[in-house]
Amino acid sequence: MDDVAVRVENLSKRYRIGEKVSYRALRDEITRLFTAPFKKSKKGSTGEKENGHILALKDVSFEVKRGEVLGIIGRNGAGKTTLLKILSRITEPTEGYAEVHGRVGSLLEVGTGFHPELTGRENIYLNGSILGMKKAEIDRKFDEMVAFAELKKFIDTPVKYYSSGMYVRRAFAVAAHLEPEILLVDEVLAVGDFAFQKKCLGKMENIAGEGRTVLFVSHNMSAIQQMCKRVILIDQGRIIDDGESLKVVNRYLGNIFSNVKTEQVWEDKETAPGGNRVRLRRACVRPEDGVPTDTIYVTTPIVLEFEYWNLIPDVRLNLTVALFNEDGVFVFASVPLQEPVWDGKPFPASLFKTTCHIPGAFLNNGVYFVRMQIVEDHMTQLFVDPEVVIFEVYDSVEMRSKHGGWQGKWLGVVRPDLKWTTEMLKS
Amino acid sequence: MATESLTELPVTRIRPTHGWRFLNLRELWEYRELIYFLTWRDIKVRYKQTAIGAAWAIIQPFFTMVVFSLFFGKLARIPSEGLPYPIFAYSALVPWTYFANSLTQATNSLVGHQQTITKIYFPRVILPLSSILGALVDFVIAFAVLVGMVFFYHHKGLVGLPVVGALWTIPLFVLLSMITAFGVGLWLSALNVQYRDVRYAVPFLIQLWLFATPIAYPMTIVPERWRALYGLNPMVGVIEGFRRALLGKGTIWGPSLTVSVLAIMVIIIGGIFYFRKMEQTFADVV
Repeated sequence: MDDVAVRVENLSKRYRIGEKVSYRALRDEITRLFTAPFKKSKKGSTGEKENGHILALKDVSFEVKRGEVLGIIGRNGAGKTTLLKILSRITEPTEGYAEVHGRVGSLLEVGTGFHPELTGRENIYLNGSILGMKKAEIDRKFDEMVAFAELKKFIDTPVKYYSSGMYVRRAFAVAAHLEPEILLVDEVLAVGDFAFQKKCLGKMENIAGEGRTVLFVSHNMSAIQQMCKRVILIDQGRIIDDGESLKVVNRYLGNIFSNVKTEQVWEDKETAPGGNRVRLRRACVRPEDGVPTDTIYVTTPIVLEFEYWNLIPDVRLNLTVALFNEDGVFVFASVPLQEPVWDGKPFPASLFKTTCHIPGAFLNNGVYFVRMQIVEDHMTQLFVDPEVVIFEVYDSVEMRSKHGGWQGKWLGVVRPDLKWTTEMLKS
Repeated sequence: MATESLTELPVTRIRPTHGWRFLNLRELWEYRELIYFLTWRDIKVRYKQTAIGAAWAIIQPFFTMVVFSLFFGKLARIPSEGLPYPIFAYSALVPWTYFANSLTQATNSLVGHQQTITKIYFPRVILPLSSILGALVDFVIAFAVLVGMVFFYHHKGLVGLPVVGALWTIPLFVLLSMITAFGVGLWLSALNVQYRDVRYAVPFLIQLWLFATPIAYPMTIVPERWRALYGLNPMVGVIEGFRRALLGKGTIWGPSLTVSVLAIMVIIIGGIFYFRKMEQTFADVV
């Protein structure tokens, strides 16, 4: 008997350029300055462009056996989510074929279809039914779901009064009781607290133990290695590795870390990146009192330096930088509003250098991708590079020893060293 | 469960679709509970956090009727087929309001469920469909007031009671206005995904459409040779038919109703094909 759960044959997905950028009303144009160009250029830099189209997936083939837990890893925009979306029939492939044996459930839409005005009970029915459960099935599992979410007391309260933790627990309870033959999980570990992550992983292990199939997309490599024997690595829409999880994860991490580029220089004004308005001469990241090749620790103050030619006189320029970590999380964006000399002034045609200071003891350890854009009048984007420099922040030994030798990465997107005080008060 | 035999598992085959497709009725039937739940949700949340709740269902057609009666009936003296003007206008405003509201909601249904569409699969046609079903509750409430008005004016001897033989056509005309709203809603909701301009155009469209439909005036003021053409507006047949079924007064049954029904058929069938064609890209574009 055939024990294949998912079979994918030569699957491709092509988007027309611009199709992925959703419609916005005019008043959203200002926010778009920060977000939409990023989406566009990120797609452009990772997917494959051809004649106004982007291939988000190219000729992908693989098979998953029943009861297997398959990990899917890759950089942001590599095509992982597109693949899951095709398998769950949200979007159609452009070419190729896939077959899925059994009911597909996904933990990518935790909380989909919730309505804040409805009570917990009503939302369980609504959400369950959107996920494809029959009413009789929800009736049967209702008590179990409420117990799982630990929400018995609040079951008749509108969910708009729920805390975000309650909300997520409730949503997960419904999704976890769907009992599909094939479960698609996309980055659930990015939300919720530690206990919730454990619950998610535990549930996934149970599901796999019952002979059902799991496709697990995550940037969390330790979770991937814990859950999956086999992992596929997707890059630019193609499967570039498929095999035993340790091997594939190492290859992926090797890719990321070998990509670190702390300095880029273009000496020729004619061919430097940019256009006929601005061109980039140099971009670098370094410790405040060091050079680009020096190691950056979590305690090190960092500077980002950009040198660029302004080619048209009397243009008001400003730079923005945005940092993304290795999980693809948008860490922060910064604009030189506090810049004392040139902010708001017209720039003559000349070579400029703009520096951005990131304090020490602020970023967490890990790899950071710096996206930089040059904007005219806070409106028109003249230049953008989504990965103008990539650097790694190392854990510092001194901070480690202070904390009883805790070795792992700290939780949280940043790791600021804040001012604390303790006083003894007379009782 | 592990004991389940593989041969029982449904196999979903995923491949690009080409060409035009009609509704997959079997699949819709399998999703009937979702249609029910989404309709139920629309009804349930519509008047949450409103002070007077379901009274809005009456206020809209009722006050339009008051304003029409004052300006068109009393001041402009527009003929009303021998009926008291208020009931003449209200009997058209009830199905019209249903049509206008369900069309508006259907148009916004896909965009309003953006999150759901990009995260889960179900036949998309369920969204405009459940908007149209959900709006029926308002219709029923407004209709109850209409029945009250019929008895009131009958008591004053100004209208006759409806003929039992004609009453059965009322559900038929309600159904026709549902199909019209659904058909137009399929077009507009799919277009709205691509072009948000639609959302702004719809209130304007509905306003124009109101005056192109015999609501404030009887069909008889339209010259006879134009009436078949006039029937191209499907709501002409629906409104006149509804009014006639309830009040026994209404105009032409013949050519314009036939034209209206044909227009409805063209709109709904075209709408289904167009919607199904565009459906594949909703999750990518919305």
